[in-house]
Amino acid sequence: MKQHEAIRVIIVDDEDLARQIIREMLQAHPEIEVVGECSNGFDAVKAVAEIKPDLLFLDIQMPKLDGFEVLELVGNDIAVIFATAYDEHALRAFEVHAVDYLLKPFRADRFNEALARAKERIGKKIPVSPEQLSATVRDPGQYAERIVVKDGTRVQIIPVSKLDFAEAQDDYIALACQGKKYLKQQTISSLETALDPKSFVRIHRSCLVNLERVGRIEPYGKDSHIVILNDGTRLPASRAGLKRLQEFLGGS
Amino acid sequence: MHPIFANFRRLLLYLLAWGPVSAVLIYLFVSIGGMTSGLAVALAIPLCLYYAFVCLSAWYSCRGTRLQNSSAWLKHFITAAGAGLSWVIVARLLAIAFSSTHYFPGVQEQVKREVPLLWAAGTFLYLLSTAVFYILLSSQAAHEAEKGVVEAQALARESELKALKAQVNPHFVFNCLNSISALTATDPAKAREMCILLAEFLRKALGLGEKQLIPLEQELDLIHTYLSVEQIRFGTRLKFEEETNADTHAWMLPPLLLQPLIENAIRHGVATLTEGGWVRLEISNKSADRLAIQVRNNFDADAPRKRGTGIGLKNVRGRLDTTYGQRALLDVRTEGECFHVSLEVPSDMKAARQSA
Repeated sequence: MKQHEAIRVIIVDDEDLARQIIREMLQAHPEIEVVGECSNGFDAVKAVAEIKPDLLFLDIQMPKLDGFEVLELVGNDIAVIFATAYDEHALRAFEVHAVDYLLKPFRADRFNEALARAKERIGKKIPVSPEQLSATVRDPGQYAERIVVKDGTRVQIIPVSKLDFAEAQDDYIALACQGKKYLKQQTISSLETALDPKSFVRIHRSCLVNLERVGRIEPYGKDSHIVILNDGTRLPASRAGLKRLQEFLGGS
Repeated sequence: MHPIFANFRRLLLYLLAWGPVSAVLIYLFVSIGGMTSGLAVALAIPLCLYYAFVCLSAWYSCRGTRLQNSSAWLKHFITAAGAGLSWVIVARLLAIAFSSTHYFPGVQEQVKREVPLLWAAGTFLYLLSTAVFYILLSSQAAHEAEKGVVEAQALARESELKALKAQVNPHFVFNCLNSISALTATDPAKAREMCILLAEFLRKALGLGEKQLIPLEQELDLIHTYLSVEQIRFGTRLKFEEETNADTHAWMLPPLLLQPLIENAIRHGVATLTEGGWVRLEISNKSADRLAIQVRNNFDADAPRKRGTGIGLKNVRGRLDTTYGQRALLDVRTEGECFHVSLEVPSDMKAARQSA
């Protein structure tokens, strides 16, 4: 944080009154400037990208995107204080290194404590990787049902059933969905662990494919094979990957 | 399973208990029958062993016959007399066998003299074991009943707790309290109103939860209180429409059957829509003895899935099953961006009278 400058805050909550109480409690802190208020996850992602605040007050259950999905998309250089009515998400909030976790309704001194912690945190890089962020989007023990991707300032939601395949590209993965490709900063291994292994198979070090899209397999060169999807896309398969794929296809 | 055969130690103890009986028998054989003590022992021990097992069979007739039946005692007495007779026959057969060895001259005559005594003793012993088995049976029944009562109490407590949890969703309560906290600074009058409405809702929900069946009117009243609280939270985002027929209002239903459906509709519908959404409740007589209830709401198909999806519906299904068995229908379907729960319950006069 730069000196003598206000701490810029965005409040994200779908209930007017819930935003109002945060705004009211912030009035006691002249060094804080509320630069935005959002009532849903889409707006929050957009506002964070445009305004680049220092601190985010974030509700968890919201329309469009929940709090963890918002956090996955806005990255890790913003301090976040979760404010929610129930403590079932507290553990996950801790895993994404949230500054604090406020339980609604909260007292002013508890709120001030969270704010003091946030001030210490602002400007410091938070040691949380994109993998950790995306892992906490899911409930523990469950596979992802959808993948959220930031497309400029817009947010794209890809239901897992519509994902055709995913390919690693440097630090990103390209998610192929109905002829379009979306880039996301994530490793292919972490995506693999998020998806149901009964639906998605790693056919190559850099490629994960939706089993339902696989059309046929053809030999290619001496040692390798090509997997051809129903829409004609050709994907290379390694020997180990082919074996895994055949296990699934043979079993069905 | 026969209680004596259930384990080896019991069988051993039972056979030991026959020791004194054989001693008495030996004494009687010697003193009344004039037998030598050797003969008395040789006769009494196999006889007692045989009769010990005959008496065990009393268990089966005890289990099959309730003592409350007037004919029970007669039946047992006849069985006992039969058993005693069989003892006499075995004794005489033994005597015939012994007499053929020439070691015991006059044994048949001696045994013949004992016949009335043997018959009487046999009948008495059989009746005695019948009585013992009845005592055993009743103590077993008492034990089972006690276990059953304890289990039933535990079950009742558990379901009560579950119902209580289902009635009051903690998310709802905490969010309300947060709204009240926000309102205290800006609009104290409204904060007070919301406090009172929330208290009213909680009191009604907890009160109704204790009852078996309530008139539809009371459930609607609960729903209206609930909605007036949610209306403060969601403001213009929440639109509620209702179409009910006044002559359905006396219809008896399990309490908190519809309120959770409305709450679901808000949680998974209105709350997922930035621009707000609607919930529509329709209640009508499908026929003279069937009530049709529809709850519809719009929702955002792209919204993140919330925890607890389906728990409310599962509860409703459970309540319907326990109240009506197979006679109620619950249908849940999605039509585009509209979620539709439809419910059909029979009029249940019997259940209505029970609760009255």
